[in-house]
Amino acid sequence: MGEQQEEFAIRVRDLVVGFGRQTVLDHLSLDVRRGEILGLVGASGGGKSVLMRTIIGLIPRRGGIIEVMGQPTGGRKDGAATTWGILFQQGALFSSLTVRQNVQFPLRENLVLSQELMDEIAIAKLEMVGLRAQDADKYPAELSGGMTKRVALARALALDPPILFLDEPTSGLDPIAAGDFDALIKTLQKTLGLTVFMVTHDLASLTTVCDRVAALADGKIVAIGPMRELLQSEHPWVRAYFHGKRSQMLQHEMR
Amino acid sequence: MNSEPLLLATPSGDALKLRPEGPWTAANVTRLETLSRSVGAEVERSRIVTLDMSGISALDTLGAWVLEKLSRRAASSGRSAEFVGVADHFSGLLDEVRQVNRHTPPPAAAPNPVLLRLGDLGKTTVDAREDVTIFLQMLGALFMAVIGVLRRPRTLRLTSLVYQLYRIGWQAIPIVVLITFLIGAIIAQQGFFHFRRFGAESYTVDMVGILVLRELGVLIVAIMVAGRSGSAYTAELGSMKMREEIDALSTMGLDPVDVLILPRVAALVIALPILAFIGSIAALYGGGLVAQFYGDMGPAIYIARLHEAISVTHFEVGILKAPFMALVIGIVACSEGLRVKGSAESLGRQTTTSVVKSIFLVIVLDGLFAIFFASIGM
Repeated sequence: MGEQQEEFAIRVRDLVVGFGRQTVLDHLSLDVRRGEILGLVGASGGGKSVLMRTIIGLIPRRGGIIEVMGQPTGGRKDGAATTWGILFQQGALFSSLTVRQNVQFPLRENLVLSQELMDEIAIAKLEMVGLRAQDADKYPAELSGGMTKRVALARALALDPPILFLDEPTSGLDPIAAGDFDALIKTLQKTLGLTVFMVTHDLASLTTVCDRVAALADGKIVAIGPMRELLQSEHPWVRAYFHGKRSQMLQHEMR
Repeated sequence: MNSEPLLLATPSGDALKLRPEGPWTAANVTRLETLSRSVGAEVERSRIVTLDMSGISALDTLGAWVLEKLSRRAASSGRSAEFVGVADHFSGLLDEVRQVNRHTPPPAAAPNPVLLRLGDLGKTTVDAREDVTIFLQMLGALFMAVIGVLRRPRTLRLTSLVYQLYRIGWQAIPIVVLITFLIGAIIAQQGFFHFRRFGAESYTVDMVGILVLRELGVLIVAIMVAGRSGSAYTAELGSMKMREEIDALSTMGLDPVDVLILPRVAALVIALPILAFIGSIAALYGGGLVAQFYGDMGPAIYIARLHEAISVTHFEVGILKAPFMALVIGIVACSEGLRVKGSAESLGRQTTTSVVKSIFLVIVLDGLFAIFFASIGM
């Protein structure tokens, strides 16, 4: 790759994904720029998570090209953890490992380093996501929803991957915790220079942290751009999404 | 662009100038650790340490932390350390790393091993008492549920009961028949082999008949059912507990004992005697086949010998035990299922406990029944 920096972190071209006779994503194209936070909105069951899981490689695709950091992805490849970190909706922490071991897991599997350094890095990551060192020896079952998400974020960031995928990061959090989490993601994105791909329904997150927002409807990206542009969109679904009753208040604040 | 990270140390009197170069990233962590260790002694000696960051081409949290650790070591005990030439896009990360690992919690004091053992022993004792309490509570709850059903027979969950009977009764028949058949055959073969030495071959039939009908038929089947259906009950109820389905039931005003546990335990109590009967017959059949092909004893003689050797009493002794064993298996499986906590590990542990405990209790119960039947002369 050399000094030349790719402009796009993720490029998706003509992606087709389906299950059985149903086509979920129909010739979808999407570009995620380096260093931006892209929010993806769409109807429940409309294929947001399917798109994310297809990019990660968890769901096979029927057609199309996906390039991550300029490299076409093809099935499973080694060192996926160094390319991207993923925050699953429910956290997906390993329930038999402590918080510390969960964060250390990607380090232990991918690198050769001393236990001392590994402990320090794990604590450093936990403190960066706003947890205390005392929480490190807890088990995932003992954590609250917000803490689970933070630990999952620390694990996703363990190897400082250039790309971070977030699947509904603020769902199930109270507005204060959700706001904190948004701020945290923004800070980490700035300090670590991350590219963030975020699936969310949280209109507040979309307005406050996302550089661009993509709207997924009928298996395609129907609108993409900064939040202000999306609010002007003429597409009926996008209008319904952002101009529904629930969006009124936030929109009001935008003006 | 350097592909290997480097750390150049230039000592000048009291001062030490460190110049890290190249990519200080997680991918090179092994080398980074070696590098930082190699300058450790020099850092300890110097009073003023300067970290010149201008040569770094890439930096991530791990690399930043290794450098920060060096600077902290250098800055300890009244000496000074500073970063110079930090590129703009790295300064945020360095600032972030400077905040972390400041408050190391005191390491937990290593507990006295003797006290630890004693504590474990005490905990096990308390747990054992708790086990008995839970067993009795479940028995009581089931009893109340049965009374409720007897009062109003319409409240019996018939669909659920029939489905459980199908699952743990009907679907278990092939494996039960196969295993008891083999056990019967093996006992008969051993009998013929050893009794032949003193010409008592014909007593093999007595042994097979009595052993299978009184003890082995029901015991083997109960152990298999504990392993096959008891574990399924525990895992099912446990995952329902984990996903708050049981809480949902309670909040809708339904008693989980009525809805989930009674049909399961009742199905076991009905199915186990039937399975034990089928198993015993299969074992006798296995013994008969061995008698014909290994012991040179025709079916007619085998059946005649069997007719002389066994009575209805032997059969009764065996089959009477079956519902009680089923009750024990059911109660243990269901109460262990309800004790599952949030984690997947706890589900696995509770399932193991359920199987081990119910097999143990089945064997203990069998022993108690043996004493009981012996003393009443059956």
